[in-house]
Amino acid sequence: MKTTVSRRQFLRVSALAGGGMLIATHLDAFGIAGSLGEGAPAEETLNAFIRITPDGVVTIMAKNPEIGQGVKTMLPMLIAEELDVDWTDVRVEQASFDPDKYDGQFAGGSNATPQAWLPMRRVGAATRTMLVAAAAQEWDVPAADCETEAGVVRHRGSGRSAGYGELATRAAAMPAPDLDAVPLKDPAEFRIIGSRIPGVDNHAIVTGEPLFGIDFTLPGMQWAVFQKCPVFGGKVRDANLDHVRGLPGVTHAFVVEGGDSLNGLLDGVAVVGESWWATNRARRELEVTWDEGPTASQSSEGFAHQAAELFEGPAGFSVRSDGAADDALAGAAQVVEAEYDYPFLSHATLEPQNCTAHYRNGRLEIWAPTQTPQSGRGLVARTLGLEPEEITIHLQRIGGGFGRRLANDYMVEAARIAMEVEGPVKLLWTREDDMRHDFYRPAGFHRLSGGVDDQGRLVAWKNHFVSFGEDESFASSAGVSANEFPARFVPDFELGASLIPFGIPTGALRAPGSNGLAFVYQSFIDELAHAAGRDPVDFRLELLSREVEGQGLDPERMRGVLELAAEVSGWHTRRGQLPRGTGMGVAFHFSHRGYFAEVVQASVSPEGDLTVDRVWAAGDVGGQIINESNAEHQTQGAVLEGISQALGQEITIEDGRAAQGNFNVYPLLRHAQAAPVEVHFLRSDNPPTGLGEPPLPPAIPALTNAIFDATGHRVRSLPINKHDLSWS
Amino acid sequence: MKVSFTVNGEPVSVDVPPEMPLLWVLRDVLELKGTKFGCGIAQCGACTVHLNGNATRSCVLPVSQAEGAEVRTVEGLSPDGTHALQQAWKELDVPQCGYCQAGQLMSAAALLERNGSPTDQEIDAAMNGNICRCATYLRIKQGIRAAAGLPATEDGSMEGSAGGAAHPTPSS
Repeated sequence: MKTTVSRRQFLRVSALAGGGMLIATHLDAFGIAGSLGEGAPAEETLNAFIRITPDGVVTIMAKNPEIGQGVKTMLPMLIAEELDVDWTDVRVEQASFDPDKYDGQFAGGSNATPQAWLPMRRVGAATRTMLVAAAAQEWDVPAADCETEAGVVRHRGSGRSAGYGELATRAAAMPAPDLDAVPLKDPAEFRIIGSRIPGVDNHAIVTGEPLFGIDFTLPGMQWAVFQKCPVFGGKVRDANLDHVRGLPGVTHAFVVEGGDSLNGLLDGVAVVGESWWATNRARRELEVTWDEGPTASQSSEGFAHQAAELFEGPAGFSVRSDGAADDALAGAAQVVEAEYDYPFLSHATLEPQNCTAHYRNGRLEIWAPTQTPQSGRGLVARTLGLEPEEITIHLQRIGGGFGRRLANDYMVEAARIAMEVEGPVKLLWTREDDMRHDFYRPAGFHRLSGGVDDQGRLVAWKNHFVSFGEDESFASSAGVSANEFPARFVPDFELGASLIPFGIPTGALRAPGSNGLAFVYQSFIDELAHAAGRDPVDFRLELLSREVEGQGLDPERMRGVLELAAEVSGWHTRRGQLPRGTGMGVAFHFSHRGYFAEVVQASVSPEGDLTVDRVWAAGDVGGQIINESNAEHQTQGAVLEGISQALGQEITIEDGRAAQGNFNVYPLLRHAQAAPVEVHFLRSDNPPTGLGEPPLPPAIPALTNAIFDATGHRVRSLPINKHDLSWS
Repeated sequence: MKVSFTVNGEPVSVDVPPEMPLLWVLRDVLELKGTKFGCGIAQCGACTVHLNGNATRSCVLPVSQAEGAEVRTVEGLSPDGTHALQQAWKELDVPQCGYCQAGQLMSAAALLERNGSPTDQEIDAAMNGNICRCATYLRIKQGIRAAAGLPATEDGSMEGSAGGAAHPTPSS
């Protein structure tokens, strides 16, 4: 993925046919300074950030894929703020994938905010500078004597004014300023940044306009389904294609030969027809003989057995070792030992995977709900023998990303099918296809030993992490950072790993790595706090008060959110007044540059029925929240997703395949389970960072710690619904 | 087989297999894409429409059972997005990814048509068949309460929304 660090930015400007101006930045990969200025080639006008027409309407292109994280609203807000226009005069359009014009067109890693915060504002500010220059030239006054407000340039001395729409054509001929040097607003003057701006697609969503990938159609479009082997990576041996071809509504049935990479095109049978429903129904009569391959012998149960065996020996390799953990444990006043595990999870985006593709005249045009169009294009080009330039990708609103659409398996399937079919074709997966062919959040197993001294301080930590991968290379999203808390904060610290080779596709799920590790580490820290007889908040604050070196979380910022979470939840007062069976739990986690501490209050009936009563979330993602509405909402959604995962989500692998196929056996959180989530932001003096992911991880251990506080049951294995929580 | 019914007040007649679910008739025969496919087994509610005023999962309803019925989809909730629920959804910024919201709106509209002043418990009961994978549940409930003219929360607190309350750092 590209970053914007130390890269010179070009500004390209051109006049619109019919008046107005258009502006684009290009973040040059080769670091060559300069400006193309006016006279950019005509095709440059096809993609840009800003278009101003003579009537004063400002159209801003949203460059990144919208997956529900609010980026289609947020990026244009940054531009509009510095352009100094009224948000009501702004129209937003989704840009297509175009790496020649836009940088960083992807959705992932909570990266949009930190990556776009300055570049998008500079685009707006540079355009404003040119509009001012145009007015100054027209009025023959110094630009410094002119100011802007809400889409109007005004000359302070004479009071003359002109709307941006009137100035746009002249502005397009002004020299483009150096983006790195263009002055930006004082945050005290922000009118759009920091306000509550509803999503730009809200009207289209609530009126049912076709917006999503699944809604997109083309004249003459056919529909496709794709049957893969239920065992990951299995090969087609034989299929009753002739029979399927004769079924009503079916136009094609053919075997697709895939490769061996689970991230690429896999073997399967494509069925194409006139309607999706008829085509999918034909699958009921599709009979495929599979060569299931070696993964057919793998299972979640088997992995758990392997983990138990591996725990009997030393870790396969060291991830981090500070001091002498074994000696420190031997000398500790108290030692706690525990084993934790968490299961595979499916992303379960509500919009099933789909993609529309049309191959003609040696070119492939794709309409895809994808988080990573660039890698999708690369995968399609590599797999199908095309040049990347022969592939066009249009971005569509995405009915949930969560990391699932970082992979482009559905894109390469649609593209492959389109190359065999005349005219456009849309591939649509069923829910079962989707849940059984995901890139799962990997399961993980941990054996932990922790020691506290006679002062009740955590002094020794030893963690054997059994995960998945080959040799010393973790599978996707199955790893752990050597700096993961409490590394650096515990003097005698040992983190080792053993890896189980496997054939299950894994990938990033919202806050990857963190969504499993936070549960384990913040739960075990809770166990140690109780063993030490310390308050769980105070125990953590002491840990965060130690002098540390190296990369990782900033203890001052984490103390800030932990203290805030304790304050807003009434931790030190409310907790002591709760009835039996009701408890409060706390946890914090640092991920994706964001700091979150959360408190959960939960109640468990004597029969063991669990209710999440309330959540308090305190976050520090910098001094400036860009969109107050979305920031609060993303936090609430991430917290509730964490609770959803913890309560009942689990994919079990049986005979090399995912046992769960739909929501009846993979329960997502529902209305009646959604606890109120209070959101509080600590405005620290740091640049703004992303919010899609960091609020999620602490929600899980805060809940399991609350269950312990309520009942004395320590949940060490997820999901919670497999445990008997009854008490008397 | 020919099946006749009305959709958003307009009479329609389709010639499709009788077991074809209403969802796919709406989406791919009548080109009304607002109603969504999520699970195909009436578990997620993305496909919710009104059948003679009742919230119905169209993904499992054979179109033959719509014969003579009045079908209402999200496109028919109002001519211009001004239904009280649609207004509330826009003002409160309810959608995240937005995919489930048509189904949420149709379940909510059916609820308010038979109960203009629902309790939170009644809202939960009526809406529990509609999954929101982004978990926008708190704002959905707020939206239903706003559309019904009810206070933001049942107990009058700032439930579920501290408004992203600002807290300056002690050091700055």
